[in-house]
Amino acid sequence: MINTLEQMFSKIVYYSPYERPFYFILLGVALIPLIIQLLRGNRMMWYQNILTLTFLWLSFSGPNARQGIALILYVLWQTVLVYAYFKYRQQRNKSSVFYVAVALAILPLFILKLFPFLANQTMLLEHNPQLRFIPMTIGFLGISYLTFKAVQMIMEIRDGVIKEYSVGRYIQFLLFFPTISSGPIDRYRRFEKDLLHPPSKETYVEMLSSGLNMIFLGFLYKFILGNLLGTQLLPRVQDFALQRENLFLGLLGTMYVYTFYLFFDFAGYSLFAVGVSKLMGYDTPINFNKPFLSHNIKEFWNRWHMSLSFWFRDYVYMRLMFTLMKKKVFKSRVVASNVGYFVLFLVMGFWHGLTWYYIVYGLYHATLICLTDAWIRFKRKHKKQLPSNMWTKGLSIVLTFHAVAFSFLIFSGFLDTLLKTIF
Amino acid sequence: MEQKDVQELLLTILEELTGTDEVREDLDMNLFEEGLLDSLGTVQLLVEIDGQCGVTVPVSEFNREEWATPRKIIEQVVAMKS
Repeated sequence: MINTLEQMFSKIVYYSPYERPFYFILLGVALIPLIIQLLRGNRMMWYQNILTLTFLWLSFSGPNARQGIALILYVLWQTVLVYAYFKYRQQRNKSSVFYVAVALAILPLFILKLFPFLANQTMLLEHNPQLRFIPMTIGFLGISYLTFKAVQMIMEIRDGVIKEYSVGRYIQFLLFFPTISSGPIDRYRRFEKDLLHPPSKETYVEMLSSGLNMIFLGFLYKFILGNLLGTQLLPRVQDFALQRENLFLGLLGTMYVYTFYLFFDFAGYSLFAVGVSKLMGYDTPINFNKPFLSHNIKEFWNRWHMSLSFWFRDYVYMRLMFTLMKKKVFKSRVVASNVGYFVLFLVMGFWHGLTWYYIVYGLYHATLICLTDAWIRFKRKHKKQLPSNMWTKGLSIVLTFHAVAFSFLIFSGFLDTLLKTIF
Repeated sequence: MEQKDVQELLLTILEELTGTDEVREDLDMNLFEEGLLDSLGTVQLLVEIDGQCGVTVPVSEFNREEWATPRKIIEQVVAMKS
């Protein structure tokens, strides 16, 4: 009896979110009671909490148990931190305390990102192998995304727009399992509104159908297109490029295939995350809106990994610009704005990882955006002399796509692999 | 400052920021969809509101939907002032 139970558990415990068909079957069945209640206009909070714990357990137990412990420690850290800052903010509002609170919220992720870099540079681990426990105790799948949720909380408490702190709701926000591994990054006030006010029956019927549509479109994106591109086509074009018979063609092929692979894989995942949220009666924001039809880079960032770029827009760029402009640090608005873009994209690069190609990817996008802004200003002044028709619009879409695809070639790290085979 | 003055002040700020007097004529036009305001424009608007109207609007209070038109902007600032 115990043996069969053990066998049963050993079959189900190792599921990363949205990876295997069995995860979807399990999730589908487990969601039924919740869906039935939502169709009657009720949100079964207790059931949702059990569901959350169950699915987190599925993803963070067994071989991933270490990550599970790291997740628990992380949530504890953030909950206490936000609690302490909230209590402080009700009495006072010093900038220095705010900056320390933000730094403490980022600290676990910062250590995790810095550690492999330091270890590589200084042979730290060779001399002190016991230090390996540091990344192992801190890291878990999704820590980058939870950090965005934690930091926005501190910032909105500072701004005084979060007037009440409910530990329970904050934990539910952090641990909302459909989006835990890779977003989309929700906003606390938006999430809390959904949590407290379940959708009306009519609205929920629409959410249910669009959620199911999204999940099936996600299957097409991630498991068919993304899988074909990523496991079949990508290794072939990469091999071709590495042989260096026709390096240009090889790199071009890698660039196109990787770009579409990245899109279908990540957009597919995001469709699952948003679709499952909808089945649970939550309007998690979407992440992709036909990004490859953008006319310029600015528009691209409003359509690609949207919850991330909006987060950076609202919590990094706009806040920084507000301070810079209010204190008149730069005389020219253009200079201030360009500095803001470089800060934003460098932070985004570092967030991806402390590797040269992520940093170059960030700098490249910052440069493109500054150039785009300059071009838009030029266009405004010379409106009459410049043609604007179907052809120029088509051309701008093609150009934007290629500028973006090239950035993903940098991002993919393939150039690093290639360079290492040459030198 | 009376509500009328706030309105006049905000419309002047918007006029300067967007470079068009359409904002005065059509109070319900969507400034973001028309491409008249972007994130930089928004920040400039908030800095001007802070300096000229004496109302500090935190960046996280700013929500594109709730601040989309000249009328909505006026309403928000008037509400925050009182």
